[in-house]
Amino acid sequence: MPEPLISIQGLYKVFGNAPQTVMEAVKAGKSKDAILADSGHTVGLKDINLDINKGEIYVIMGLSGSGKSTLIRHFNRLIDPTEGRLMVDGVDVMSLSASELESFRRNKMSMVFQRFGLMPHRTVLENIGYGLGIKGVEKEKRDATAYEWLETVGLAGYEKQYPAQLSGGQQQRVGLARALCTDAEILLMDEAFSALDPLIRSEMQDQLIELQQKLHKTIIFITHDLDEALRLGDRIAILKDGELVQEGAPEEILLTPANDYVEAFVKDVNRARALTVETVMKPAAHRITADTIGEALEQMKKFKGDYGYYVNEDGYQGVILQDSLENAMENDADTALCEKIYENVESLSPDTVLEVVIPETLDTDYPLPVVDEDGDLQGQLSRASLVEVLSVGHG
Amino acid sequence: MSDASWLTEFPQMDRADLLTIRKTLDGAYREFSRSYGDAIETFFNPLLMFLVWFEKLLLASPWWAIIAIITILAYTATRSIKLSLGVIISFSLIGYFGMWDNTMRTMSIILVCTFLSIALGIPIGIMMARSNRVQSIVTPILDVMQTMPAFVYLIPVVMLLGIGKVPGVIAVIIYAIPPVIRLTNLGIRLVDPEVLEAATAYGANKSQRLWGVQMPLAMPTIMAGINQTIMMALAMVVIASMIGVKGLGQPVLKSITNQYFTLGLLNGLAIVALAIIFDRVSQAYALRSQRHLKGGHNA
Repeated sequence: MPEPLISIQGLYKVFGNAPQTVMEAVKAGKSKDAILADSGHTVGLKDINLDINKGEIYVIMGLSGSGKSTLIRHFNRLIDPTEGRLMVDGVDVMSLSASELESFRRNKMSMVFQRFGLMPHRTVLENIGYGLGIKGVEKEKRDATAYEWLETVGLAGYEKQYPAQLSGGQQQRVGLARALCTDAEILLMDEAFSALDPLIRSEMQDQLIELQQKLHKTIIFITHDLDEALRLGDRIAILKDGELVQEGAPEEILLTPANDYVEAFVKDVNRARALTVETVMKPAAHRITADTIGEALEQMKKFKGDYGYYVNEDGYQGVILQDSLENAMENDADTALCEKIYENVESLSPDTVLEVVIPETLDTDYPLPVVDEDGDLQGQLSRASLVEVLSVGHG
Repeated sequence: MSDASWLTEFPQMDRADLLTIRKTLDGAYREFSRSYGDAIETFFNPLLMFLVWFEKLLLASPWWAIIAIITILAYTATRSIKLSLGVIISFSLIGYFGMWDNTMRTMSIILVCTFLSIALGIPIGIMMARSNRVQSIVTPILDVMQTMPAFVYLIPVVMLLGIGKVPGVIAVIIYAIPPVIRLTNLGIRLVDPEVLEAATAYGANKSQRLWGVQMPLAMPTIMAGINQTIMMALAMVVIASMIGVKGLGQPVLKSITNQYFTLGLLNGLAIVALAIIFDRVSQAYALRSQRHLKGGHNA
């Protein structure tokens, strides 16, 4: 396991006049409401521990008031914790002086905001180059770099416009370009797409995924939308009332919710869109490796089914049905298996979301084979397992 | 019952005591102005020299040059032909009715007062915006400056510096500076916190935040403050003329004492004309410099 890029240990944040005085009560497990009633202090975050690896999209999700926006502001110390450790790339961020912190923010992290946070008095190009300007990069070079990112996010031609002249989606593209322009390794995205309407939001999600495939940034993404979290996240942390309730890969969260809270959350998720074939498929038992029709039929009889997946040393070849084998037997049992006998059924890729494969799966009488990029048979997806996973939580 | 007289009559301070207090304070202040008056006057000497020089410059320049310069300034600031024509017409009328010299004197003192108010007011406003403590100290002082009748603070100023240009400038600034301070403070405090947070998140330091984000975004509000300051300075010229500030205020003062209605009206109208020109030019300039705030797609 490689060293995580970002590591947060025992992070607490209490808002109020004298946060230190209530820390004992917080640690003793006194409830948020009781502390607020007794001392007027609000517990923002409670004992947060998390590790974020280089190159992953780490989604922190929770409802409003769960502390997610507070948490993301700790990564670049826009908010200082009451207690806790924050390590980024081996640097203890809490120990940085004011000027070291400025240089840390200039070079290590950039941020995208929910309401964009663009400078209304600067043009789009000047906004994108803002981070470079702060670093002291000269104007010519800054503009050239900014223009590249402007093109990348698909806003070429808008460079001289002011933010107020753009639509919400376009403004957030500027926000994204501004964040990417500083070439920071870590991208903080605070509900970056929440203010956009659904169609634009899903477009932006696609763009982010596409960019991430090229750039391999480490992205910390805050959202209140579980569908968005499941779509973007390599790993997801769920926050409730300032506490980390569950952390894991999207399918773990979906299929094994840690408690009632997460379960209630997960209930309304469109699983067909959130889960991939890989998470639902079963191991492919009906594997036929025989050379001739006779042997193949024997193999098929052993695993008591009327179909099988023909696999040779080149990987998956096709599906063989019992009927066609028996028909072929009548001619000659020693004939080698050839293309005429097995059907060249379109296989599924393990990364496809379920939604896409529903029609094919339902149209076919036997489970569809799942084959990876190398052509190896990975598993099978049956109607039954598809129906089972899609109906849980709705039953 | 004499014991209950405090119920019907306010239990006021003994007259003799009050007199002593007044005498002591007046004496102390007189003592102060006697011992430090000269030093303070020397301190303000450069300002006086500048005021005299600037007034002489305006008076000595040919009238057509002044009109040309003001018209060009008005046009570059507003790009409005109508306003530029208005400038030419009003200044021509002012000159035709024999008020040119007084108008130049008033203009010189107003420009200096406005400049000083901005130079002092904006930094004070910035400090107020940065610290709640400074704000809580400065706000009541501004309240006093704005509500205290001008004549009251004219007294100590005149006692200290005598009558003339410098006390006039000080009195005008005391009266006119509060709007620019208040609106600088307000403008900076109203800057969208998310924009400021974005600047911080990208590693901007204090001065990069102030000059790159806060001041430009507060500019419309600050410009409104500057505009108010100019208007108030103009309104003060009549009162300032009581302590020897020459200009359009003096004929007005003369007309009050001698009941010259037309003289008062003409000079009053000249002040109004100056006020309208300053107001329109500064407002149009502010608007033009804030074009980005207008929304709408014009791609």
